[in-house]
Amino acid sequence: MNITRVDLKKVWVPGLLLIILVLLATLSLYASAYTVILLTSILMYIVLTVSWVIFSGPTGYISLAPAAFFGVGIYTSAILGKELPLPIVIFIGGLASFCLALLVGALTLRLRGIYFAIFTFGLVELIKHLLLWYEINMTGTRGRFVIVVDNNTIYYVMFIILVILLLTAYFIRRSKFGLALRSIGEYEDAAAHTGVNVNALKTITFAVSAVFVGAAGAIMATRWTYIDPYIAFNPLFSFMPVLMAIFGGMGQFYGPILGAAIFAYLEEILLTKFPYYYMLIFGTILVVTILYLPEGLVGLVQKLRRRISGGKRAHT
Amino acid sequence: MIVTILDIVIAGLLLGGLYALIAMGLSLQYGVARVLNISHGEFIMLGALTTWTLYTAFGINPLVCLAICGPVAFLLGFIIHRTLFKRLLTSSASPGIFESNSMLASFGLMFIIQNIALIAWGPEIRGYSYLAFPVNLAGALFGANRLVTLGFAVVIGLAFYLFLARTRMGKAIRAAAQDPVTAGLMGVNINNVLALCFGFGAAMAGIAGMLISMCYPVHGVMGLEYTIIAIIVVVLGGLGSIPGSFIGGFILGLIGSIVTYFEPGLALAAYYAIFILLLLVRPTGIMGK
Repeated sequence: MNITRVDLKKVWVPGLLLIILVLLATLSLYASAYTVILLTSILMYIVLTVSWVIFSGPTGYISLAPAAFFGVGIYTSAILGKELPLPIVIFIGGLASFCLALLVGALTLRLRGIYFAIFTFGLVELIKHLLLWYEINMTGTRGRFVIVVDNNTIYYVMFIILVILLLTAYFIRRSKFGLALRSIGEYEDAAAHTGVNVNALKTITFAVSAVFVGAAGAIMATRWTYIDPYIAFNPLFSFMPVLMAIFGGMGQFYGPILGAAIFAYLEEILLTKFPYYYMLIFGTILVVTILYLPEGLVGLVQKLRRRISGGKRAHT
Repeated sequence: MIVTILDIVIAGLLLGGLYALIAMGLSLQYGVARVLNISHGEFIMLGALTTWTLYTAFGINPLVCLAICGPVAFLLGFIIHRTLFKRLLTSSASPGIFESNSMLASFGLMFIIQNIALIAWGPEIRGYSYLAFPVNLAGALFGANRLVTLGFAVVIGLAFYLFLARTRMGKAIRAAAQDPVTAGLMGVNINNVLALCFGFGAAMAGIAGMLISMCYPVHGVMGLEYTIIAIIVVVLGGLGSIPGSFIGGFILGLIGSIVTYFEPGLALAAYYAIFILLLLVRPTGIMGK
């Protein structure tokens, strides 16, 4: 009885994943143009959230830097988009974010807890204001135009970024690096004493997670056609991944994906018509989640499942 | 030349008084209640918009609004701590986890308060003119409203300092800031003290909002900007040090006015640069231990 159930699960999960992947990969063949745009936004939020969780999930360091990496990607696309082919622009966007994250990671090694969060937040604002000043005083213009790419291409690039990201996140989670990262989150000094190279691991993981955010920014910029520092370095791109990850729950691999997908969809249907109500709902759900669902949606699902299976066991 | 320097210094002090008041409120909330309250600026916004409504709709003197904004913000802060943060405090495993959780919860609060205000007041930028006549100060002209703002900030700062230093309640607050567990064992009603501190912080934000509305245009999304300034000043003065925040406010005001004199576009960038450098070089701030 038990053996068949395990076997079933082994077929179930990869099978379902495969179906979803195939459905997403062939989306442009059957879906409307609107669906493609909608799914691009959803995938973008999943990319932002999952890459945030790679570093911040296991270590517990709350990074508010995603907006900086996203903005770097956006500006890479705006500056180089006209001269270089798209794949190279996206690659450079990721690389530039990687370098920035390496620098930030190396600078902030001593900062712990809440200091790290406010440092990364200040970083986004610093870059934004320096860039704004530079644009107004040096180039004399504010903002730039970005080359236009058709929506299907944007969607597929985002899809490829997401697939690579999910594979990376999965392998980090299952490897000894994931274990070492979790040990940093549990007790950093103890992790250092047991032979984990804390500094190198933190910096590299932070930088790797930034690559995907930068790449996502580089491709999303082509959809907006016009960007300026306020659009590119919008702190909401830092807040959203944090909130989506917490809402989904970081205990399981699928939690952040679920949280991001739900919120991205909510945003799509509510934001244009009722922006204030959307943000109000957003804030309320965040507070309620932190208070009553510290494990997020995933925790809720597990609790329900345990209650059901626990009930069964009690009867036999 | 000397007049110019005086000009810059006075402008810096006028700005600094406001910063000091805002930062002291946050310092109290972080230093004692351990909540890095990202929604601090929203209380400022509420104070500012309430004052605007009371003045333009009912003709109530903004300075009288002090008696309304302060207590109402205090009550709001007190209730929020009693319900939200107290629950979080008991459910968090360690102080570090509480700090992260409470910061994230205050993000949620920021979105809630900000958007309720946007629904109630709309996104328009508002302002009114009150005491806007110029006063000659050492050869330079300054608005009377700004001088009143500075006066209020200094008086409130000093009054609060005396409250902390001289009264029994102040002693309890200082004890709770040093070691909440031991303070609780010594008979300090710790939940009450933490909620009081959070309320006082909110009250200072509300009063600061009222003062800001006299000098600057106000609108629903102004909060975050002031929250960030408060965080910078609190880090500058040393996280949790109330005198540090008071002095830090004036220092940042002076820096702002000096940078504005040379290159107006770089004032905010300069704040962030100082902030980031401070965190890297001396995260405990000027008065921190």
